[in-house]
Formats: sequence, C-alpha cells, structure tokens
Amino acid sequence: MRELIKLRDMWKSFGEVNALQNVNLTIPQGKITALLGPSGSGKTTLLRIIAGLDIPTRGKFYYKGTLISGNDQANLRQKATLVFQKSVFFHTTVYNNVAFGLKLIDEVSKEQVSNKISEALALVRLEGFEKRQAKKLSGGEQQRVSLARALVLDRELLLLDEPTVNLDPKNVSIIEEAIHRVNQEKKTTIVLATHNMFQAEAISQRVALLIDGTVKQIGTNKDVFGKSNKHLESFARLENVFSGTAKQSEGTSTIEINENLKIEAAFSKSGKVSVHVRPEDILLSTKALKSSARNVFKGKIVGITDLGGIAKITVDAGRKFSIQITKKSLTEMKLTVGAEIFLAFKASSVRLI
Amino acid sequence: MTATIVDGIIKAFQLIFSLDPEVYRITGLSLYVSGLAVVLATIWSIPIATILGLKNFRGRKFLRGSFSAFIGIPTVVLGLLFYLLFSRSGPLGFFGLLHTPLLISIGQSVLITPILISFITSAIEAIDMDLRDLARTLGSTEIQASLSILKEASGGVILAVLAGFNRAFAELGIAMIVGGNIYKRTRILTTTIALETGKAEIAQSIALGVILVGIVYVLNISMSYLRKR
Repeated sequence: MRELIKLRDMWKSFGEVNALQNVNLTIPQGKITALLGPSGSGKTTLLRIIAGLDIPTRGKFYYKGTLISGNDQANLRQKATLVFQKSVFFHTTVYNNVAFGLKLIDEVSKEQVSNKISEALALVRLEGFEKRQAKKLSGGEQQRVSLARALVLDRELLLLDEPTVNLDPKNVSIIEEAIHRVNQEKKTTIVLATHNMFQAEAISQRVALLIDGTVKQIGTNKDVFGKSNKHLESFARLENVFSGTAKQSEGTSTIEINENLKIEAAFSKSGKVSVHVRPEDILLSTKALKSSARNVFKGKIVGITDLGGIAKITVDAGRKFSIQITKKSLTEMKLTVGAEIFLAFKASSVRLI
Repeated sequence: MTATIVDGIIKAFQLIFSLDPEVYRITGLSLYVSGLAVVLATIWSIPIATILGLKNFRGRKFLRGSFSAFIGIPTVVLGLLFYLLFSRSGPLGFFGLLHTPLLISIGQSVLITPILISFITSAIEAIDMDLRDLARTLGSTEIQASLSILKEASGGVILAVLAGFNRAFAELGIAMIVGGNIYKRTRILTTTIALETGKAEIAQSIALGVILVGIVYVLNISMSYLRKR
C-alpha cells in the first residue's frame, strides 16, 4: 500500500482551543479514506490542512514522502482540491464556475475546457446545466456542481467535506456514485469527511475515527466496524446495545436482557455483559421465519427514518432494535409504522462490547 | 424670485443647446479634473481596500474607522491644507502646482479616498470569504484569489467610484482655494456657480447648476443601468 500522505504529531490550535491534537494519519494512494467523526471533531480542520489552505500549528506533513512546509502550500494546492461542505459559487453560470480552475491552467485550450466540463457535468448527471446560474440551483444540484468543479481538475487527491450532508437520497446516490467512479476509473485518492457511519462503511476502504481532534482508531472498514469499540460507540451512539446477565451453555451464551427478551450469542461468557448487534445484521420479515438464525423476535414497527439510499427501521420487540434496510426493500415490503414484523439475527452477529 | 428661477432654467437650456463654448469648456474641465481625481484615488484605494477587506492585521480596525471618519472631512479644510503645502512658500511649493487643474485633481483624489476605501472595503467584506478559499483550492495564487473576490465585489466597486466622482464633481472648497477660480485655467462648474451667484448672476448660476446636476443624474442612471446588466 503506497502512502500519499503521512501526518505525524500534528496539532492545530485556534487560540487556546486545540482543534487537532497529536494526529498521526496515513492516507494510502488510490483509496477512499473516510474521516469519520461527529461535528466539531476536527474533520474540516484536518481537510483544510491537507488541502494546503491552512498551516498546522505543529507537526509534520509528508506528501509522497516529501516533507511539506508552509512555503509548499501553493504547490500542494495544485495536487489536491477540496469540496466544501457548504457550496459556494462565483456569481456566474455553472459553466464559468466549473471552468474556474481549468482557466488558470495555461496549457488547456478552450475546446479542452469545454469537453472536460461536459464530461464532469455528465458524471454528476447535470448535462445541459452549463448556462444556468449556479446560485439559483437547488442545494443538491449546487453540491453536484461543486463536485464537478473539483473533478474537472483531475487532481490526484480529492478532499470532500461532508459532501452529502442535508441532501435528499437521489442527490446522495448520484454523488456517492460519482465518487466511487472517479476512484475506480481514475484511481483518484479520496478523503471523505463524514459523520455518517453508514456512508463511511459503504464508500470507503479505510476509516479514520476522529474524535475531539484525535485519531482514535484507523484501519480498514473491517477493522473499524467489524468489532464494536468504545470510541465508535461514544461517537455513533451505537444502536442495539443491550446489557444483561449471560449464562454459558454448550459454547454459547444466553443473555437475559429483560423478562421477555433473551438473546443468544456465539461466545462463552457468564455474568453481566453488554452486547451490540449491527443494524445491517438484522433481517426483517413480515411472516414468521424458519431459519438458522438463533434469535427470532416478533415486534412492532415504531419508526422509519430515511437515511438516503437506505432506511432505518425501529422495531419494539421487548427492547427497541434498529434495523438497516435498503429503500428498495422498504418499498417492496410496504412497511409502515405500527405494523407487526419479525426480526432475526444470528448468534454470531451478537458482539461483546 | 420664481421668475428668476424659471429664467435661469430657460437660460440653462439655451446655453446647453446654443453650444456656448465657455459653458462647454467649464463643463469639460470639471469632468477632466474630477475624472482624473477618481482615477488617481482608484489606483491606490483598490489595493488598500483589498488588504483591509481580506487581511486581518493589528491596527486594521483603527485604519478602517479612520477612513470612515474622514468621509465627512470638510473640503475647505482640505483645500486650506493643500494651499499651505503647495503655496510658493509651502514645503511642496517648488512643484509649482498651485492654481493648476492638476492640484485640484490631487486635492479631490485625497478628498474621495476615504469614500472609495470605505465603500470598496465594505463591498469586499460582504463577499463570502469561503470564495477566497475556493479560488485557492481550485489553483489560484493568493493574488489571483484576491482578484476573484474583487471581481465578485465589482458592483460595490462601481458604486464606490461613482460616489467618489459625485463628491469630487460637486465639491467647491478645494477647487476654489487651490484652483483659484482663474478664468480659462481653473474655472470649473462649482467655482463658476459660486462666482456668478456672488455677482448676482442668478440665472447663469442656475444654468450651470442644472448642467452640474444633469451630468450627475445621467451618469448615475447610466451606471445603475450598466450594473443591472
């Protein structure tokens, strides 16, 4: 795994506030890395430093092994571009906004500018928007123009600051698809700041968990999401965390959560335990299931939340369970609040915290 | 008095349409002097306002406040100051600029500098500063990014230039004191109006007043139309 960026002992302070504290992070080349963390965790500050817009208070920043100093920032900005969380535009057309960066490059002809703009707008599915006033577009369209404006430059590093926050599912999926395509087809290294755990897991290959300006965990998706940990739990307010008394029997454990709810887990442990079941590990069925799943409960849907391409279903089955399904499943199963439902998950999906 | 005013307005149109050479010379000199003042003030005001609008440095607030305070500086005070500086015995008297249109322009340019700087700074401050970072992340140098912001603020810059021109074109104190209102040399619209009124030539004064106001009106309307386009 070739590294594109290496940050060592990096700090960024604003007065007495430390936005970043001793950050150590490696960004591999050609991969999508998610900076996952809650608001105020330092994601934007970190992206701005990597983009060459801000200078760290202290620490070392290596780009392809070369130490970057404050004077190298202008060069860094020729290699990386940042898409801001809030779309900002020059008071002109979509075409001129997307062309802005290209026009700064001497060797690009007018025809090439035009072709590249058409290509970038097609990637974000905004063909024919060239003559529209950028500031008059909808929020989702504006964010797609912002992405096109960055993509058109073909930089080797693309930095995205919460690119889909507050957008509707259609715009989210267009942006996520474009990000995925650029990474796959052009091998662009992408760093995506997000507070959406599902998005981080779905899009990226590596995840850095940033909390209170510190990288608490870094690794592949499997490393970070594969097993529950206190950092992830503290940030994500992990759903489906249950505490109870476990009893061992034949290599498994039965955890009594309350009088009506007993969860079977594929580990041997006795006494007080806390366990977690990932929302995407739970199956939903409108009819009673006959399966190998050791945990099958009947409950009632008490909430449905749209999370973009996916939906979160909350089911009361003695305790509240959060289940993650696709929007397609939600539509096909015709799920509504108040409906009775069966949920099932394997004993091996129950993780000890 | 009503008859005098009506007479003055009629005379004004007669003077304008009869292509009276003296009126056109005075009007032309007024436009030249104030136009040059605006050009000079713009040259130094834009960079200063750009720095004030974009940079944060110690003393910025004081400077910003000072320029705002000097917007209302009395023209006669500035005229007197320039007279003392450029009179034959003054420290800058060796330039020999007293009683020349150039010195009126220089005086007016100093007069309108606080207007231009304050207005342009406000126009820049009104622009979303994320645009500057956007320009930088898209590959602009610091100067290119600042120019992008200035371009976004161009509406405000035009307004500032226009306000400066209006102030210079309509002022009397500097033109009278450092220009001396010399016939065929430094006589401009405002000084001529003052002179003619002093001579009880009310109709002539009104005529020139109509021309003065007419030019300001047409110019402002045209610029307003151009801004909208």
